[in-house]
Amino acid sequence: MTNLLVNRTLECEGLACPLPVVRTKKTVEEMQTGEVLEVRATDKGSVADLQSWAKRTGHQYIGLKEDNGVFRHYIRKSDPTEIKEERKFPHLIAHEEIQKKLSAGEKMNIVDVREPAEYAFGRIPGAVSIPLGELEGRMRELDPEQEYYLICRSGNRSDIACQTLAENDFKYVKNAVQGMTEWTGEVEKD
Amino acid sequence: MMTIQKMTAKEVTKMVLNNEELFILDVRNESDFNDWRIEGNSVEIINIPYFDLLDDFNPALESIPDGKSVLVVCAKEGSSIFVAEQIAEAGRSHVSYLEGGMKSWSEYLEPVKVADLSGGGELYQFVRIGKGCLSYMVLSNGEAAIIDTSRMIDQYEQFMQEKGAKLLHTIDTHLHADHISGGRALAQKYGATYYLPPKDATEVTFDYEKLEEGKDIYVGNETIKVQPIYSPGHTIGSTSFIIDSKYLLTGDILFVESIGRPDLAGLAEDWVGDLRETLYSRYRDLAEELIVLPAHFGKVTELGERGLVSGRLGALYKENPGLNIQDEGEFRKTVTENLPPQPNSYQEIRQTNMGKITPNEEEQREMEIGPNRCAVHDK
Repeated sequence: MTNLLVNRTLECEGLACPLPVVRTKKTVEEMQTGEVLEVRATDKGSVADLQSWAKRTGHQYIGLKEDNGVFRHYIRKSDPTEIKEERKFPHLIAHEEIQKKLSAGEKMNIVDVREPAEYAFGRIPGAVSIPLGELEGRMRELDPEQEYYLICRSGNRSDIACQTLAENDFKYVKNAVQGMTEWTGEVEKD
Repeated sequence: MMTIQKMTAKEVTKMVLNNEELFILDVRNESDFNDWRIEGNSVEIINIPYFDLLDDFNPALESIPDGKSVLVVCAKEGSSIFVAEQIAEAGRSHVSYLEGGMKSWSEYLEPVKVADLSGGGELYQFVRIGKGCLSYMVLSNGEAAIIDTSRMIDQYEQFMQEKGAKLLHTIDTHLHADHISGGRALAQKYGATYYLPPKDATEVTFDYEKLEEGKDIYVGNETIKVQPIYSPGHTIGSTSFIIDSKYLLTGDILFVESIGRPDLAGLAEDWVGDLRETLYSRYRDLAEELIVLPAHFGKVTELGERGLVSGRLGALYKENPGLNIQDEGEFRKTVTENLPPQPNSYQEIRQTNMGKITPNEEEQREMEIGPNRCAVHDK
């Protein structure tokens, strides 16, 4: 299995309940908001418990991979107290329009700025992954004369990404502001 | 430091059966708790997942009535120890946890004596209280037969050892869909004969002895007669038994407060007629004095004295709602529509009982987790 790029990995193989959840909680506390943790566990009970724990604490449970009896959980730290950031970038695109263009077979440059693990568990078909943190460094891969649609989970990270590109003379950038949480169309997975 | 005690599934079973007051804090996640939990007439149970208590332990303390003893329960036992220790450290006394968690609860069998038999033998019902399965042992003159054996064969072995009995037969009333049969494994181990109804065994991968009407089975110098009666409906092969002319073992066809569901082998529509025929005609012809001993119970209210699940056939014809649906269309509707969810992994369990797949012990355990839901009225 290919390893997904994460900020931290927590090894809980061989540990029984409650330790996987207890250690996950402690580790997430030490991490920064937005970072992704991979938890490796062999206890089957960890599956329902970690998902339930994430839901109750507001952290984003990205997905689960199972490989030879090892469960790999991907969790992104969120800060439940954080105020919803005000979006500044004015040019937006609605999912309906993206859907229309895709159905018409139009070539679209969709850039998914979420973390690699989030991208791996489901993205719009054809979307390219450039996590927000890597955008400045990888901007050369993009062409300022082309049109780009940026997407993340909820429209916040893509808002920042749009601003960054606009500041660097990209002319045709739009924020797919509804984010993946509201995407009901086809998804592509690893 | 305050100490915590451990309680075994056997001890908890005794408390439930004796109607002793028991306060349980179940710390599993919400969905597991909603699916199944320890029940009893005198059991008070609440659910707070252990991971809700990592930051703030007060909800647990506040939930326990003052001065009451508390039993903490989880899936395997780790989280219940973790929580129980904190409750004890907060100064509460009489704190215990369930050894082996719900895993042990699901596997424990309580032997309950049904009766002494006329030829000097004994009949026992093994109550799998955590899952609602019932199996039976006929003992006579140093010989034993087991009907609807559960997967935990060591508990029957120990019992036979205590009774000084040698295993002769294991018999399944039908191909089970809610639990893995231990009948074949146990028969193999002791050179006993494993019986199955041939109509349920068309796809099995092993040798077995055919259960047939008219072909009686004897235990203990031919003193105890086990008389098979073909009674299809839950499965096409379902077979009942009359033991000692007094006890009617109904398998999953007739329960004390409900009747069997015909849908677990995917043929509900086809088998409705058989089920009705068995319940409304074939059993009608039997003596009302027979004591019905089913293979399941649905609710703890069905547990009688000492935990015994039984009912007089005549009384069941008066009180069991499943035996009192006069209209055939209405009956068809009851047993095919609005059925409870199917038991956990029932397809894989059937495959295992046919010998088509051989999961390891841990996998078998996982497949059986949860309630059995073999009756029409189990919710």
